[in-house]
Amino acid sequence: MNLPPVLVIARLTIQESSRRRLLLALLVLTLLVVGFSAWGFNKITTITRSDGTPLPPDQVAFITSQLLIVVVFMFSGVLALSAAVVAGPLISSEVESGLLLSMLARPVRRSEIVIGKWLGLGVLVAIYAAVAGSLELAAVDWATGYLPPHPVQLLTYVGVEGLILLSLGLLLSTRLSGITAGVIALVAWLVGWIAGVVGDIGTGLQNEALANVGVISHMVLPSDGLWRGAIYAMEPETFIAALRALGTAGRASPFAATDPPPTSFLLWVAVWFAIVLSLSVLSFRRREI
Amino acid sequence: MADAEVADREEAAVSEEEAAAGTPAVRTVDLTKRFGHTVALAGLSMTVPRGEVFGFLGPNGAGKTTAVKLLLGLLTPTSGQGWLLGEPLGDLGARRRIGYLPELFRYQQWLSASEVLALHCELAPLPRASWKDEIRTVLETVGLTDRANDRVGTFSKGMQQRLGLGAALLGEPELVFLDEPTSALDPVGRHDVREIIRGLASRGTAVFLNSHLLSEVEQVCDRVAVVDHGRVIASGTMDDLLSGTAVRVRVAGLSQADKNKLASYGRIDDEGDQLTFASLDAERVPELVAAIVSMGGRVYEVAPRHQTLEDRFLQLLEDEEK
Repeated sequence: MNLPPVLVIARLTIQESSRRRLLLALLVLTLLVVGFSAWGFNKITTITRSDGTPLPPDQVAFITSQLLIVVVFMFSGVLALSAAVVAGPLISSEVESGLLLSMLARPVRRSEIVIGKWLGLGVLVAIYAAVAGSLELAAVDWATGYLPPHPVQLLTYVGVEGLILLSLGLLLSTRLSGITAGVIALVAWLVGWIAGVVGDIGTGLQNEALANVGVISHMVLPSDGLWRGAIYAMEPETFIAALRALGTAGRASPFAATDPPPTSFLLWVAVWFAIVLSLSVLSFRRREI
Repeated sequence: MADAEVADREEAAVSEEEAAAGTPAVRTVDLTKRFGHTVALAGLSMTVPRGEVFGFLGPNGAGKTTAVKLLLGLLTPTSGQGWLLGEPLGDLGARRRIGYLPELFRYQQWLSASEVLALHCELAPLPRASWKDEIRTVLETVGLTDRANDRVGTFSKGMQQRLGLGAALLGEPELVFLDEPTSALDPVGRHDVREIIRGLASRGTAVFLNSHLLSEVEQVCDRVAVVDHGRVIASGTMDDLLSGTAVRVRVAGLSQADKNKLASYGRIDDEGDQLTFASLDAERVPELVAAIVSMGGRVYEVAPRHQTLEDRFLQLLEDEEK
């Protein structure tokens, strides 16, 4: 029994990442980072106060939670950027090199190429987010005894943020060269994050125009909105309560969240994926090879 | 040849062959492709019968690759229609029955030769049980058996082209498109490709051969079409096209003015002491020799021969320029 073409293309994409040693490189780098951060987090437990007594456990937990947010921000950034850089040339480079010519002369639909590549790379992004994220959380737990309150949601938000950048890179890849598509996706991620920060400042200052920048940017590119979900999943209850007590000012930080992402936003993320994938298929279908 | 005449001949050919052998392998009516203001293909109307080797000739940039890509559905025609094996262009069912070696051939560098072929078996799609035999057979045909398990990334250009040819042969297709199939091959490889094409023809596979290598086309094709600036300027069987005689004359003592006076004997390929009259009735040879002698020319050799495709091709392109 032959696999349907969409799964053949997905398998080929995964096989390519493996044969080109992308997976090996990621594994080695991840183990290095996890090991290094375990050592760093362990140092927090050795901090002493001026009178020589160790920090009380709730303070260790607070410092760990804040440091973890910064580490996960770096991790989600690296994941998102890697997804964008790998997705950028996913289609364009194969069109330019001629690799797709002989494959498209087979009974394969253009949509099967696009969706197959998305699936293949999507599986890699999801597995990488789950495995590397779990390793990091386990290392932090081992080093400090701290686990964020919602680890599964945290990894889901980070993984989906990677998928967002992958989808954007793939859409651009149907028309633009690999470098251009990758760079645009990368800049879009940064601009999305900054627009989110601007939105926070708007909320803090109760300036509606600035606050709308955040809302609109979360619609156009939901990566920052998902990152806020990841932050919320990492914050201890006491910290969230303290932020809420600050009122609107408590919402004005790019590394803090007082509320989980609303359901309407999560639904929008699903719609966003459907729109971007449909546009990718349409765009590639109309492309002359 | 006038367009209308080409079209008339094509129409006549279509009806005859359709009656004889069902739907043709390829048929196009007024197939046109424009890229912005550039006309890449201007109203291509032609028929390739089943089981024939069809040569599609033309200088670089004439529109040959554009035509193949239109036929395979890789490009969308600006206007006109076409059918492959009786199905409209772009039909997925027809693509199960064809093979294609692109001009720009490139295969997954990180796979081995047999893995690339297995991928094409899977996409073709061929029954899984037949893959092993299919792959072994085509590797043998294209001479890559001993490199079956090596990564494509380690292959020379010529070997990659052989691999592409192998992929195009998988599953005994009814129609094979070969776009400049020997561009990266050495003389031995070129000879092998001619043998492969003859083998395909003998088992009834139609071959659409894009080439500017005229001697190659001349040796294997039953029928050719010559395309220039996106238009077919001549088409027909080899015999139709090459009915004339070419005459090579080795001569000394003629000035350029004398040579110009000989233009009434048709197009001359002037290579100094050697003049080739591309299309000259054999009956006029004595008359030509007398004319040269009367101008004071000293004739050393007169060699009438069948017109080659190159003679005819250059003549067609020159007529077209006028």
